[in-house]
This record gives sequence, structure tokens and C-alpha cells, in this order.
Amino acid sequence: MSTQAAQNGREARRARTTGSASSAGQASQAGPVKISYREAMRAAIREALQRDDRVFLMGEDVGRYGGCFAVSLGLLEEFGPERIRDTPLSESAFVGAGIGAAMGGMRPIVEIMTVNFSLLALDQIMNNAATLLHMSGGQCSVPLVIRMATGAGRQVAAQHSHSLEGWYTHIPGIKVLAPATLEDARGMLWTALQDPDPVLIFEHGSLYNMQGTLAPDAGAVDISAAAIRRPGGDLTLLTYGGTLGKALAAAGELAADGIDAEVIDLRTLRPLDDATIMASVRRTHRAVIVDEGWRSGSLSAEVSARITEQAFYDLDAPVERVCSAEVPVPYARHLEEAALPQAGGIAAAARRAVG
Amino acid sequence: MTRPERQDPLPAAAHRHELLRQMLLIRRFEEKCVELYSAGEIRGFVHLYIGEEAVAVGVNQALTADDNIVSTYREHGHALVRGIPMEAVMAEMYGKASGCSRGRGGSMHLFDTGRRFYGGNAIVGGGLPLATGLALADKMRGGQRVTACFFGDGAVAEGEFHECMNLAALWDLPVLFCCENNRYAMGTALEREHAQADLALRAESYGMTAWPVDGMDVLAVEQAARRAAEAVRAGGRPHFLELRTYRFRAHSMYDPDRYRDKAEVEAWRGRDPLDSLARRMREAGELSDDELASDGEKLAAQIEESIAAARAAPEEPVEDLTKFVYSPEPS
Repeated sequence: MSTQAAQNGREARRARTTGSASSAGQASQAGPVKISYREAMRAAIREALQRDDRVFLMGEDVGRYGGCFAVSLGLLEEFGPERIRDTPLSESAFVGAGIGAAMGGMRPIVEIMTVNFSLLALDQIMNNAATLLHMSGGQCSVPLVIRMATGAGRQVAAQHSHSLEGWYTHIPGIKVLAPATLEDARGMLWTALQDPDPVLIFEHGSLYNMQGTLAPDAGAVDISAAAIRRPGGDLTLLTYGGTLGKALAAAGELAADGIDAEVIDLRTLRPLDDATIMASVRRTHRAVIVDEGWRSGSLSAEVSARITEQAFYDLDAPVERVCSAEVPVPYARHLEEAALPQAGGIAAAARRAVG
Repeated sequence: MTRPERQDPLPAAAHRHELLRQMLLIRRFEEKCVELYSAGEIRGFVHLYIGEEAVAVGVNQALTADDNIVSTYREHGHALVRGIPMEAVMAEMYGKASGCSRGRGGSMHLFDTGRRFYGGNAIVGGGLPLATGLALADKMRGGQRVTACFFGDGAVAEGEFHECMNLAALWDLPVLFCCENNRYAMGTALEREHAQADLALRAESYGMTAWPVDGMDVLAVEQAARRAAEAVRAGGRPHFLELRTYRFRAHSMYDPDRYRDKAEVEAWRGRDPLDSLARRMREAGELSDDELASDGEKLAAQIEESIAAARAAPEEPVEDLTKFVYSPEPS
């Protein structure tokens, strides 16, 4: 894990040199802080609200209810209803209002309950947020952050479980982030808020209860680079978000068999960090892409195509992909598990790649 | 924030003359656009406002330079009366670097954020959430701005319309919703698209003050817009004007206009907002034929100058194709 630590250190240094690191909330504690992904995200929102009075949070049930995943629990009491705004069930209106408010000088954080619901706001995201800067010849900057939950694994069936972030990565004009670690849950938001353009943050629903420790001065992180979460020399597992843990578990299984897998967390899905991806593939000569999205027309297809374009002659085996089965996510536990990438399937694909 | 004062209103006759001149500006500009389009000099979709000029000119009288405007794809009129220089609008029609959107937007996407003109939006209903958000920002920042949001009768059938009516009313946002009811959603007549065609009534159901206005009478539009804008400014609550108007030309340059009765079009042409104001002024001795002719000549010369400038203007370099997809990295 030394590379991961080094990466985190680099991020922290970079953040500090840009003046965006912070230790809001935990400065008095000296040692590592025990925290969940949900709490890390909440700490990030709280810090943003404290540091910049242009920041506000709006979305369905973010206030009195405390957020449907309890991310914003307590923030209404702390910051009041002007800055923690409960909205009607009007995704298009409140996402569009976020775009308008961003153009009007605010720094909104808009929460959409899940990526499936974001389709009700797709017009505003695609036709306005992503196009206004270009269509206006550079005049209309949209410094907006949209957060939403994504992914399956909680038996909530086919209208609450999909991983559609790959669709959003198709769109020029927006950036797409997928925090998979506590550091990124804590640190990506502030950096996204400093961005003059729209940033979408996808939080995998299975991560909110993930527990761990964070440095007491954990703060803003860089969002321009992928991270090597486990160094290895035999093949590269490329993943992000909710499947990072499964890829790391698969790497553990493979290690028992003497296969040393490198695990790369893409972190930023648009723009992709080609340099980190290719550098790894050139070292290991084998790549397996793990993506909870469907295989057809997916982010995994994009990563695979880029490897073929940029590192084809370095490959010793075809690129493998482990994706969700091409089915609306089913309710029954055994069916849902069968539909999603699992550590066993990832390890099997890795063994095929290694030969 | 202090509220910018409007200039003292002109004496009544001079004011009416100015309104007429502004409507004539839109009319002549667009008539020229038809010629230029037919000659292949400008392309894309071009949606003409001819017949509806009283709406843009009348509403604009109620706005200060500090107010926001969100418009539609039928926006030449809104842009010109807002004060975006004709040269910049014409150059945008030509797709030139000196265009108000640097050639990226064209006729449907005119922008001038310096004049708080937040563009033509070409998704029907798509501008309403932006206007709602601009108003939210102003409210949160303690401003006194009004955000004027133009949209058509077609937008009233969109979900975004209803979401935004509700949100703006619920949150007491200072939006002046200006529904340009020209009776057709592209080719679909009002009665064929709305179960309840009284659009002001629809808005009123959201707890918003709303009323219909004769959109062919610029003085009536101005009076209604002043009343509504003052109420928005004073109370911070949204208001809704249903401006009943008519477009004399087809929906766009591609439209063969097969869905309207010619007699209907002729009847509305009989209520031409320019003709009726000019007639009233002539009858009151406020305007001579010579003055009107002189206005037309001045405008024709200005338009020709803008065309010459647009033709001569440089194009954006192809190397800059992907510029403005993302903001430049801070240096």
C-alpha cells in the first residue's frame, strides 16, 4: 500500500500548495479519525458551507429528512433552510435552478437521490450545464456540483440500482468524479467546487457505511489523476467507485496464487487519466477493466478502446472486461449478485488474461 | 445593493416614437435576415419574431440594465432591444468571431452576459429553470433584480414549466414569467395542445398573480410589464404575463406553414403592432410620414453597415474548435 500512501501524500501536498487543504472540524485531534464514507462526505459539505458563503446544498429531502442516505443529517440545524434547501420532486427544475444560480454567482451543490432519477434532469445537465459555456462563446461559466448516488447491491431493483455514470462521461463540458475511498469522499467536493465548470460526483450507494480512518487534516484532493491503490507487476485491474473493493479483494485472491495484480482507481471518469492507465499497462502488459455499468457502450468500452489505441503493442493478452450482466438489476439477492461484477469473476478474468 | 434608477421617462410622444423605432428595428433586421437566408449568407434555424415585436419592446421598458433576461430561440427581438449591438447579433448570424457568441451559437443562442442576457434557449421550456436559478441567486445575495423569462405557449405543456412555476412560487423568487402566446407550438394550434387554453389561469393555479395582455399593443404590454415588474421587485414574488400575440411568418425558414388558415394570418396582420402604433401617432399628430420614412432609412443604413461588418469580420480559427468546452486553466 506504499504507493497509495504516496499518492495520498502527493494529493495532500498539491492541495496545500493550492491553498485548498483544510482540517475543518477535526483540527483539535492529533491522531487518525475514525469515520464513515457518509460522515466524510458530510464533513466535506460542512467545510464547504463554512468556508464559502456562496455554497448551498439543495435537493430532495436534504434538510428535515437529513438526506435519503443521511449524508446531510444535521446540516439544516447548523446552517438553516436558506443554505440547506429541501426541494419539491422536480429534478429538472432544481438542477436547472442550480445551473442558473451558478451563473448568478452562487456555488450550488445539488443532490439528486439516485442516478436513475437524474434522467429527469438530463435535459438540464446535457443541454444547459454542459453546453452553456461553449454556446455562449465562453461567457457563461457554470460552477455547479451535482452529487448523486449510483450503483446496485442493496436489493432495490431496476429503478434505483443502475450505474449510468458512463453515460455522463460521454458529454464534453462536464467532469465526472467517482470517490471510492474515504480520502476522496472527504476531499473531492472542495476541489470540485473550485472548478469553474460543472462537476458530477457519483457516490456508490454501497460505500456510505464503509468505515475507516482519515488523517485529522484530511482535506481537498487533486481530481486530475487516477490512483494506484495496489501496486503489482503481473496485470492491471482498472476500476472505480463501488467495484474498487471487489477488485482489491480479487487482487488478494490472485496474490494467494502468486499473481501480482496492480489495482488502479480511475477516480476521475471524465477526463480520463490516460497517462496513469497506459503507464501501468505498459508495465504489466495485461488489463482487466471492472465496471458496474453494462458492457455495451460503456465506460469499460472506452477504457478498452483507449488501451487498444495507445498501448496495443504492449499487450500480451486481449483486454478483459468484467461488467454487469445486460439486464435491469433484479430484486432477489442471488439474482442481483449474479448480475453484478464480483471478486470471483474479476479473479477469473485476471487468470484468463495472465494465461 | 442599490437599485439602479431608470432614466426619467421620455415625454409621452417621444416615448411612443422610441417604442415604434425599436419595433421597427426588429422588423427591419429580421426582414433583412430573410433576404440573407434566401441568399445563403446565413444558415441554421432562423425563427422570426415578426408580428410579436410589441412584446419584447414593451416588456423591456419595465427592466433596468441590472435585471436578467432569459430568452428562447426566437430571440432576435429580445437581444436587440436589450441593447446587444446589432453588429454583434448580425456577426453571430454569420458565424463570425465578432458575433455575440463568437460564432458558436448562431441565431438561436445569442448571449451577452455583460448585459445580463443569458441566452436564447432552444429547448422549449429549458430556460425556465435557469431563470428560476438566476432569481434564486439574486434572492440569496439580497439583490433587487427581476429576472424576465420569455417562453412560448408550447412551453406551458412541458413538465419544466410546471416544475418552475411551483418552485418560483414556493420559494418567492423574483421572476417575471413572460409567456409569448402566439397560438402555435410550431405547427400545433393552442386548442390542439392544451386541455385548458387559458394560460394565465394555469399559472394562477400555482398561487401566482397572472393576467392576459394584448400582446399586439406595445403600450398595453409596457403598462402590464411595469406593473408586474414593480410587483416582483417590491414583493419578491413571481408574476406571470400571458402576452397574446401572433407570428406573421412561418415557425422557421424551413416551415411551409401548411397548418394555418390564410384568413387567420391576414386577420392578425390587420392588428400589426407597428402599424397600429404608427396610425395612432399619426392621428394624434405625433408622427409625420417623413419622420417614419427617415427612421426607416436610418435603420436600413445601420443594418447594411452591420452586414458589411459581419461579412468582413474574421472567422474563429479552427484551431480553437474545442475552446470554451471547459474554462481555461487558471494561469
